[in-house]
This record gives sequence, C-alpha cells and structure tokens, in this order.
Amino acid sequence: MAFVQNFPFLSIILSLFSGPLCAVLDGKWARRVNGAVIAIIGILSVFVLKNVIPAGQPYVYRMGHFSAPWGNEIRVGVLEAFMACFFCVIMLLCMMGGIRERETEIEESKQNLYYVMVNLLLCSLLALIYTNDLFTAYVFVEINTISACGLIMIRQTGRTFEAATRYMIMSLLGSGLLLLGICYLYAVTGHLLMSNIREQVQLLAAGGQHHISLMVALGLMSVGLAIKSALYPFHAWLPDAYGYSTLSSSAILSSLVSKGYIFLLIKIFCRVIGFDVVTESKVVNVLFVFGIIGMIMGSWSAIKEKNLRRMIAFSSVAQIGYIYMGLGLATEAGIVASIYHVLSHAATKSLLFVAASGLSDASGGSDRYADITGAGFRNKLAGTAFLVGSLSMVGMPMFSGFISKLFFAQAAVGHAHKMLPTVIALAISTILNAVYFMKTVIRIYTPMGAYDAVKGDGTGKADGIGKTDGTGKADGIGKTDGTGKADGIGKADGTGKADGIGKRDGTGKTDRAEENGAGSERSASDWQEVGRTGRQVVIWEQPAKSAALICFILLNLILGLNSDPIMRLIQGGIEMFD
Amino acid sequence: MNWTYLMENYEEAVAMILFGIGFSNLLLQKNLIKKIIGLNIMDTATYLFLALKGYIAGRKAPVVVDGMTDVEAYINPIPSGLVLTGIVVSVSVTALMLALTIRLYRRYHTLDLDEISTRLKKEGK
Repeated sequence: MAFVQNFPFLSIILSLFSGPLCAVLDGKWARRVNGAVIAIIGILSVFVLKNVIPAGQPYVYRMGHFSAPWGNEIRVGVLEAFMACFFCVIMLLCMMGGIRERETEIEESKQNLYYVMVNLLLCSLLALIYTNDLFTAYVFVEINTISACGLIMIRQTGRTFEAATRYMIMSLLGSGLLLLGICYLYAVTGHLLMSNIREQVQLLAAGGQHHISLMVALGLMSVGLAIKSALYPFHAWLPDAYGYSTLSSSAILSSLVSKGYIFLLIKIFCRVIGFDVVTESKVVNVLFVFGIIGMIMGSWSAIKEKNLRRMIAFSSVAQIGYIYMGLGLATEAGIVASIYHVLSHAATKSLLFVAASGLSDASGGSDRYADITGAGFRNKLAGTAFLVGSLSMVGMPMFSGFISKLFFAQAAVGHAHKMLPTVIALAISTILNAVYFMKTVIRIYTPMGAYDAVKGDGTGKADGIGKTDGTGKADGIGKTDGTGKADGIGKADGTGKADGIGKRDGTGKTDRAEENGAGSERSASDWQEVGRTGRQVVIWEQPAKSAALICFILLNLILGLNSDPIMRLIQGGIEMFD
Repeated sequence: MNWTYLMENYEEAVAMILFGIGFSNLLLQKNLIKKIIGLNIMDTATYLFLALKGYIAGRKAPVVVDGMTDVEAYINPIPSGLVLTGIVVSVSVTALMLALTIRLYRRYHTLDLDEISTRLKKEGK
C-alpha cells in the first residue's frame, strides 16, 4: 500500500484534532491553524486524486485492519478525492472572504471557537465523502449538523438563535428519519458496510424479497437527507440561517453543508441501494416533483424578498431544487448533471454571498434593497463579482451555471415521462432567476442620483427641492451625466440625493423633512434611506476578500469554460461507484 | 393484510408508534422543552428498534462469564454497539438544544418558538 493511500484518513484525523487545538489557542492563531489545515488537506487531496486517476479503480482503506464484514472502511475513488479537493478550495475561499466580518461580528473571546466549528465541519464533510460505512455516515451527519448550528449561532443576536433553533429542529427530524432508514436497511440486509449492503440488496431484489422493506428504507433515507439539505417544502429554516449568520458561515452553509448531505444521498443511491433498484422505485419521482416545485417556488420567494442576502438564500432553495430534479431523473446523465450543479452552485453561491457583503460594505453595512443602489460603482470588484455570479445563476454561456443547465437539459432529452416537465421547469426557473438577479444587477449599477431622479419625477418631489449641484455627492452624479439615460432626466438629476446628503451632515431628520416641504412622508424616508449609503471601497481595503472574490470568479470561469475534463472526471467517478 | 404479523412483532410496532409520537412532537409542539422531549422519544424509539433487531430469544449479552465462549450463547452485539453510539449522539444533540433553549429563554422569557418569531418580526431587524 502506497503511503499516499493513507492521506484520506490522515486528512480526516488532521481536521478532527485541529478542532480541539483551536479551542486552546487565541483567535488569531486559531485562524492561522485553521487556514493551514484547510490548505494542507486540499493539497493532500490533490495527491490522492493524482494517485487515484491513473490507477483507474478505487481502493479500500481498512481502519484498524479488520476485514470486510466487521471492520470500518474508507473508500477512495476519483469522485471522492475530487470532491474533497473542491470542498477544501471553496472552504478556504469562504474563510478568506469573511475575515473582516468575523472579527467585527463575533465576540473577541469566542473567535477561536468559530475555528473549532469550521475544523469539525471540514472533518465531517471529508468523512461523509470518504466513508464506506452507513452508520459512520450517520454519526458524521450529526457532527455536521452540530457544527453547522454552531456556525449559525456564533453571531449572537436573537435572529441567529431563532434561526439556529429552527435549523436544529428540522435537521434532527431529518437525522431521525435517516437513522431509522439505516436501521431498517441493517435489519433487512444484516450489514453496515456499503459494498456488503449492495450485494445483499441485489440478491434480495433479484429474488423479489423484502421489496416493501427496501422501499421504506430508501424512502426514509431520501426524505431524511432531503429535509437536511433543505429541499423545497422543508426550507423554512434556510433564509434566516443564511441571511443573518456571519458571512463565512452563510457562504459555507449554502455551498458545503447541504452539498455534503446531497453527496451522501448520491452515494446511497449508487453504492448502497444500487442504481437499478432506485430507478425502479417511486422515490425518485417524489424527489423529482419536489425538486421542480422547489425550483419555481424558491425563485418566486426570492423575487419578493427585499433583503439582498435573504434573496440569495432563497435562490439556494431553487438551486437545491435543480439538484434534486437531476437526481429524480434517475439516469446516469442526470446524476452527473446534479454533481456538476453541486460544483457550480457551490462556487457561485459563495461568490454571491461574498460579493453581496462587499456591496453592503459600500452601502453603510446595510443589505436592504433600497440601500445598495449604485453600490456596483462604489465597490467595483464586488459589483463585477456579483455580476458574474448572477450571470452564472441565470445561466449565461461562459459561466458555470450554463453548463449545468445544459447538462440537465441533455439528461432529460429522451426521457419517457420526465423530459417535458424538466425542460419547462428549466425555462420557467431561468426566467424567474433572471428577473431577480437582473433586477439586483440593474439596481447596483444604477447611479444613486439617476435612480432617485426617476423616482422623484413620479412623485413630484424633484420640483420641490432646489438643484444642488455643488455638494459632496456630485461626484457620483457626475458619472450619471455621462450615461445616456441620465441625460433625459437631467434636470431632476442633481436634486433629492445630493441635497439630502449635504443637509444631513448638518441637521437632523425632522429638519430635512421640513425643508423638503413638498416631499411626501414616503419620499422623505426614501431620501433618508439612500442618504445613509455611499462610501467608496477600493480593492486593497480588504485584500483577503478581494483575493477570494477574484479566485471565485476564476473558479466560475474554469467551471464554465473547461467543462469537458471535469465532466469526464465525474463520469469516471460514477462508474467507479459500482 | 394479515394482522397476525403485527401481533407477533408487537415490539417493532411499539417502536414505530413511539417514533411517530416523538416525531410529531418534535415537529408540531410550540414549546421548546416539549420539542426536546419529543426528540428524545424519537431517538429512543429508534434504539428500541435497533436493540430488538440484535436480540435473539433465550440468549445473553455477549460478555464472557464462566468461560462460556460459544457463539450460540450470545445475542448479536453489533446493534448494541450502534445503540451506544446513537445514545452518545443523542445526548450531545439534546445538550445543544437545551443550551439554545436557555439562550432564547434568557433573551425573550418564553419557551414558545412561535411567539419568539413574532417578537423578532416586531423588533424589525
């Protein structure tokens, strides 16, 4: 056995033990240790991947050298190693992107505990990816849940406590069902190792025995993992948990935690139950239907949302729907498309979260819709990144989202019953995605003055206020003049906004309302809202976040432009599952 | 439908009924403490089911006493091991839920999750 074959086990143990280590270090050192551990594990996974690809077949690592039916095993194939590597990259970038937020939003004495949670989360994700034992998978699912709950509640506000409680309740319902499913399967087959269960299940399926028990076990496990990864009707906890926790937490939760469960479900489908049995069952149809409903309802809720981060969170519901739709197709192409979407969604959603926080940095720390007007001009890198993320989510060619949508459509073509619903759902969902993402992009690239002028025109507010050109905000508005659109409303242009800011410096709110005179109550509050915003953010102000954003954009482009080798890798990995 | 199966396997039936009780309590109760009790009932029902699967009538726990090493004398030990692992998991999760409940209670002086939500909405942000 080559030394490199120990690496998967070593990486699990490394992240597991660096957790307690971080608990005794102070915040700064814990951060360094955590970064180093994630990077080292990423590098180790690359070595594993380079070792596994030429071998062409997976290998089994026996824990403690107890052989098959009794011992606990780690099983490493191409897909597992690739996922481990990818998850490390995403996690490192998420941690880099949120350094500033963690320092300001988490209490000084609790800084190091955050890294304990992140290390445990990484450990459980790696174990979920590599393990060959169902009960071990259950234990690490619970560890994953607990550490994710810690990530949510470490920013101590009432909102996050409530979100963490709701998250825990839904997760525990899910893991209860998962555990019951595993017990059922154990009772029917008498094994806990995935490969042994597979053999028994095939024997049972060939003999037509215990059909109902197998279906019950499959259904329980699928529903349990679907609840945990926030498939549509079970998503109620998600927007709060993603919307109010600290930045790295929401990025990690959306891009990694739910994906860990989905990967486990794919493993259960392909390696435990066996794909042919799954295909015959009706469970996949249920996942398909809820996936499609989720695609549409998630986007619909996102359209109605007024808070940028919650909007992105609702978009996650839609994207999880895509993944389950792909699983529901129950073909190999569908599963490949789902895995590709796992990758592209992980890369894009964390990009969007980091970019959104960059935009709210430039808007006085607010992520409300009204406040981010023009933020794309104030923080150019975050604006660009948000644009890239949005285009990818909507599915523009060149970006990763397009490739996964293409794969979904290809997987659906020729499917007897599911082709039409899939294609229609893809089309509707793309349009809905475009509605809310393009709305946001237009909003962040609308200069404040111009936007307000358009609004002011309608309410007649612009008339009441004198044209104040020579105020501090004139810069931003000067840009507006350059664009064609602002010309038309040139007169109203300099009003409201510039005026408001000038005055705000000196006087209180009531004053402004009086001065405004003609302005209605509503326009006054609008005025104040936008007046709070506005601060130029340069790229080097937060070097870590900028670097993370650039890496995310590159990752997105790589996934979008270079899909063929990745696709072949995934296909090879799926074949190795057998 | 043959009801005699149900009577022969009444232990499993009881385990499933308990699981249902625990599950619906965890899902539907408003009071956080009752939710946690539901969680514990649910987990315990699963362990009951699992322990039943390992039990073979007339045999003993696999602890070697009096030099008896014959496999035929003992029950299947694996489910017992799984139950122990499961209990550890359930204890830690319960502790976490209770800690969260204490936090929420100190802040809002109520255990009603819905009321906490409405209050949060009233507070705005």
